[in-house]
Amino acid sequence: MSSESAKSGSPGRLNLPFELQVEPRLNIPAWLGPLVSVVAIVLALLLGAFVLALVGGDPIRAYAHIAGAAFGSLGVFSDTLVKATPLILTGLACSVAFRMKLWNIGAEGQFFMGALGASIVVLAGIVPENAPRVATITAMLVAGVIFGAAWGFVPGWLKARLRVNEIITTLMLNYIAIALVNYFIFGVWSEGGFQMTRTFQKAAWLPRLSDLAEQFPILRGLTTHFGLVFAAIAAVIVWYILYRSLWGYEIRLIGDNARAAEYAGINITRNTVLVMMFSGALAGLGGMSEIAGVVHRLQGSISPGYGFTGIIIAWLAKLNPLVVVPVSVLFGGLILAGREIQPAGVPRLIQGIILFMLIASEVSLRYRLRFVRRR
Amino acid sequence: MAETDNLVEMRGIVKRFPGVLANDQVDFELRRGEIHALLGENGAGKSTLMSVLAGLYKPEAGTIVVRGEPVSFNSPRDAIALGLGMIHQHFTLIDSHTVTENILLGLDDPRFLMRLSRYDKRMAEMGERFGLQITPQAKIWQLSVGEQQRVEILKMLYRGVQVLIMDEPTSVLAPQEIEELFKTLRSMVDQGKSIVFISHKLHEAMSIADRISVLRHGKVTAAGIKPEATSKAELANLMVGRKVLFEVEKKPRQPGDVVLELHGVSADNDKGRPALLNIELELRSGEILGLAGVAGNGQTELGEVITGLRRCTSGKILVNGKDVANRSARIPIEYGVAHIPEDRTHVGTAPNLSITDNVIMKGYRDPPLARGISLDRNAAREKAERLKDEYTILAPSVETPVRLLSGGNLQRVILARELSGKPTLLIAMQPTRGLDVGAIEGVQRLLLEQREAGAAILLVSEELEEIFMLSDRIAVIYEGEIVGDGVEPNAERVGLLMTGGERSRKSERAAR
Amino acid sequence: MDPIIILQAGVATGTILLFATIGEIFAERAGVLNLGLEGMMLIGAMSAFSVTVSTGNGWLGLIVAMIAAGALSLLHGVVTIHFQADQVVSGLALTFLGTGLSLVFGEGLSKAGAIALLPTLTVPVLSSVPILGPILFTKQSVMVYVGYLLVPVAWFYINRTRFGLHLRAVGENPTAADAMGLNVYRLRYTYVFIGGLLAGLAGGTISLAISPGWFSELTTGGMGWIAVGLVIFAQWNPWRAAFGGYAFGALRRTVLDIQGPQTLFGLRNPFFFNPYYGFFLQMLPYAFTIGVLIIGSREALRKRLGSPAALGLPYIRGERGH
Repeated sequence: MSSESAKSGSPGRLNLPFELQVEPRLNIPAWLGPLVSVVAIVLALLLGAFVLALVGGDPIRAYAHIAGAAFGSLGVFSDTLVKATPLILTGLACSVAFRMKLWNIGAEGQFFMGALGASIVVLAGIVPENAPRVATITAMLVAGVIFGAAWGFVPGWLKARLRVNEIITTLMLNYIAIALVNYFIFGVWSEGGFQMTRTFQKAAWLPRLSDLAEQFPILRGLTTHFGLVFAAIAAVIVWYILYRSLWGYEIRLIGDNARAAEYAGINITRNTVLVMMFSGALAGLGGMSEIAGVVHRLQGSISPGYGFTGIIIAWLAKLNPLVVVPVSVLFGGLILAGREIQPAGVPRLIQGIILFMLIASEVSLRYRLRFVRRR
Repeated sequence: MAETDNLVEMRGIVKRFPGVLANDQVDFELRRGEIHALLGENGAGKSTLMSVLAGLYKPEAGTIVVRGEPVSFNSPRDAIALGLGMIHQHFTLIDSHTVTENILLGLDDPRFLMRLSRYDKRMAEMGERFGLQITPQAKIWQLSVGEQQRVEILKMLYRGVQVLIMDEPTSVLAPQEIEELFKTLRSMVDQGKSIVFISHKLHEAMSIADRISVLRHGKVTAAGIKPEATSKAELANLMVGRKVLFEVEKKPRQPGDVVLELHGVSADNDKGRPALLNIELELRSGEILGLAGVAGNGQTELGEVITGLRRCTSGKILVNGKDVANRSARIPIEYGVAHIPEDRTHVGTAPNLSITDNVIMKGYRDPPLARGISLDRNAAREKAERLKDEYTILAPSVETPVRLLSGGNLQRVILARELSGKPTLLIAMQPTRGLDVGAIEGVQRLLLEQREAGAAILLVSEELEEIFMLSDRIAVIYEGEIVGDGVEPNAERVGLLMTGGERSRKSERAAR
Repeated sequence: MDPIIILQAGVATGTILLFATIGEIFAERAGVLNLGLEGMMLIGAMSAFSVTVSTGNGWLGLIVAMIAAGALSLLHGVVTIHFQADQVVSGLALTFLGTGLSLVFGEGLSKAGAIALLPTLTVPVLSSVPILGPILFTKQSVMVYVGYLLVPVAWFYINRTRFGLHLRAVGENPTAADAMGLNVYRLRYTYVFIGGLLAGLAGGTISLAISPGWFSELTTGGMGWIAVGLVIFAQWNPWRAAFGGYAFGALRRTVLDIQGPQTLFGLRNPFFFNPYYGFFLQMLPYAFTIGVLIIGSREALRKRLGSPAALGLPYIRGERGH
């Protein structure tokens, strides 16, 4: 006799010979993760199209436009890569921190601080104007990394020592960083009252592909710059650290079960600070790369939210540093093409929907449906 | 007194969890006014069966008949409405709320305003009536475990529960408190209640029950037999399906040099209250010191200060002559201290990481697992494979995440990790808790092997028989103090010390 | 730099924070962390303004705002309660979603009719009370008075009623609550929704009362995040939430006013003579939030209190432990 028999006669219930049950999964097949991510993105894009249509836009034209404007030609793809460069770095920054369950929402602020640090090196004359390019760029890189790391240190230390919630501190520091940068732009280095400093000397410019246009005419007009190399190297370094090094083992262990890590003798306080500094350093490198490679000056609008998009990229890449790279290219394209889409909030909306779909879909990694025959 | 009408009848109960069939066509009957013991080793399905009866789980198949009417529960509320209430092994109490608030939780009365003072009085009166003294205004975290259990019982009685299901109620009690509990149970039966007593302890079942049913691997092996009609050996056989060795082979051994010394060690617990008071303790190589005590008297904190997971407010802890007190948790690990933690899942392992990752947790900093700043993954995998065979860890592969392992296998992972480093000092906190008999025997055997190899072992266990069986020396901890050291393996004696009945430390030491 | 005006403005701005913070207190007491406050407040602000501009009815706008934000919060609820996703990431996604939706649907709304659309009141007798009268009861938006009522009501509900007992139980020990017959899922959904309603109310209060108009993201300026921080400072207590909110509002106004006069306490006012120092003033509210967080965290550490024990953890019934 089935225990369901009491209910099988109730109204509105299909009397099927089986029923659907939800039960926890015992193991996760390797192909399921990527499949789920892809399905989530597709669903998100469909939903985004629906919303676009609601507001009176034309989704098909919009998406086609995005695809073309991002990947349609070599020149356009090069621009996409330019947008992808800072995304890779903020994506890495978030991946590293999230691995240890440190919710670094402050990549945006750390990005700005990195830009500030690099600018100080040039604009405050720490490196003389006639110094060779290698020296200048190196100094900027070091400064950017240090400033970013410092901006990660503060919330890291507060969390490690005082258990202060890092989500809010990193976020607050975003606003503070932007205000600080604005002060320097307007109050110290402003040129004619505009929201930007003077243009940096050529020695502070990261080389771009178009610099080689004389030898290789095909490269004419391509804005992809050396920052991409920094980003790629960073991705490999982060991958090595997380998956091959002792420190990476500790980070993963702390992220999975901090009490077990403590029991294993791992210093959680120290690692909290170090990982936040590392994360901030990566984002700071992104900031440096953006001003040295793209705008060649310090200005208020160097980031359309790279730090926040980095969060989504990290999650989409399942915190895997190597996967962060292609995902960043995808989002780079989205941001690039999205500039021309009306209304202005659409790229942000689509990013939000993607992230939502992603986390909603993760349930299918933990549970599965089963058909149970009813007796 | 006991009518032949069954109060509760369960027939053909099937309950499945992913990967395990917990109840396989189980039948169970409860008569009015009886104490019915449900016996079985850990994992046999007793708690699951009673959870079904209490409305917590829905069975895949089977029927439940209460007072002659078939019933189907959607939640514990439905079961309680019919007078069936369960007191779980892990109490369902809100620590930060008072006794009265906990008893009132989930009820429709009071309708809106919580006028606690009126209810406080009511609770106190009810406690008097059933012989269960409680302080209604006290917050749960302030109460001892025995007192918390009383609150749990009152919770059910307040709801007019007629059938009380108790899941392993004695695991947190000292012998004297167990006697008191039994008295309370018998008086409740006199007042018309019926009781299901879930346990894995044979002697308790035989002592308290009117009838006994036995479950093994989800199936019934004996239903409603009277204790007089059976024997311990027969019950053990029904529980485990083979002859159970009640003894393990322990060779006599002369303890060697002192490995662990505690001098004047005091420490606070998580709430900031003193948990350890001036502990003096000594442990020699090749010796097992069994520490008996009711849960919550400082054992956990003792293990933690020795392994560097807790600060002590004073005192010295010497491992092989070196002070490890108030230094990082790494230091004892480097000095060869192994630690089998009480909490396998939340402390001892990282659930989503593989067996390999878990097994290298203590030794990853040294070669051959470490190569400069990087981890030699091949060496790690080799070690994991080796240990998987040596300790018979049943799992698809060494890459399997450990959260998928059973309790016994999880413990084997921990043991493999801790024991393979040939420790000089082993802190074993409740190493056999929650394991089935086969796994328990395995763990005990490993402990004795380590003893043979010269390790000093501090064994903290809630099973007195285990302590008596394995220990070379027995100590008792009560309210953060060592109240007996070198006590004879006598249950009454030890029980008395466990409940603060006597402090014999000085006299026993002098006599030695 | 009139202290009365500063405090008056403080109470007004603080009301916004108070609504959002108390809403989040309800959700967190039930064990669910909702970081999407910023997004929900923006949706609330946008929809309140939009509806009011088209219908002319401010109250209708407020109701729509609450429902919109509430609906968004239910999304978060489904994902975290039923799908057991990580509450932090879901909250962040909610922020993106809410921000994006409000920007998209709010396109073209900007400043259309930047007038106060909800009435302001002066309470007859109470406004004559020295000091407190002008601050609390004079020419304050009706929403401020709603705030005055909400605080004691919320406190009373949580601490003195049966429902409040259930709420706290679900956030402290959902297993125990479940065993005692409480529907953990339903209760969590309810309080997440209430949190959403109040966040929408907060947003509507901004665009219809305190800073009327729609200014895209600048409408909230990070107040949603500040509210999350205030919850910790408030130690999940509505009275402290109100205090924190009002104090923050006063700080905000101070920051604005301090750049006005040429002298400050008899000394040369640096903020007047170098307007760029204003950027440092801009940092103050956020630095204040960090400070407030530090205080709250240290207190929690010291008293060994802290968040509801089950905050941030999904509840899974029938989980077999080892």
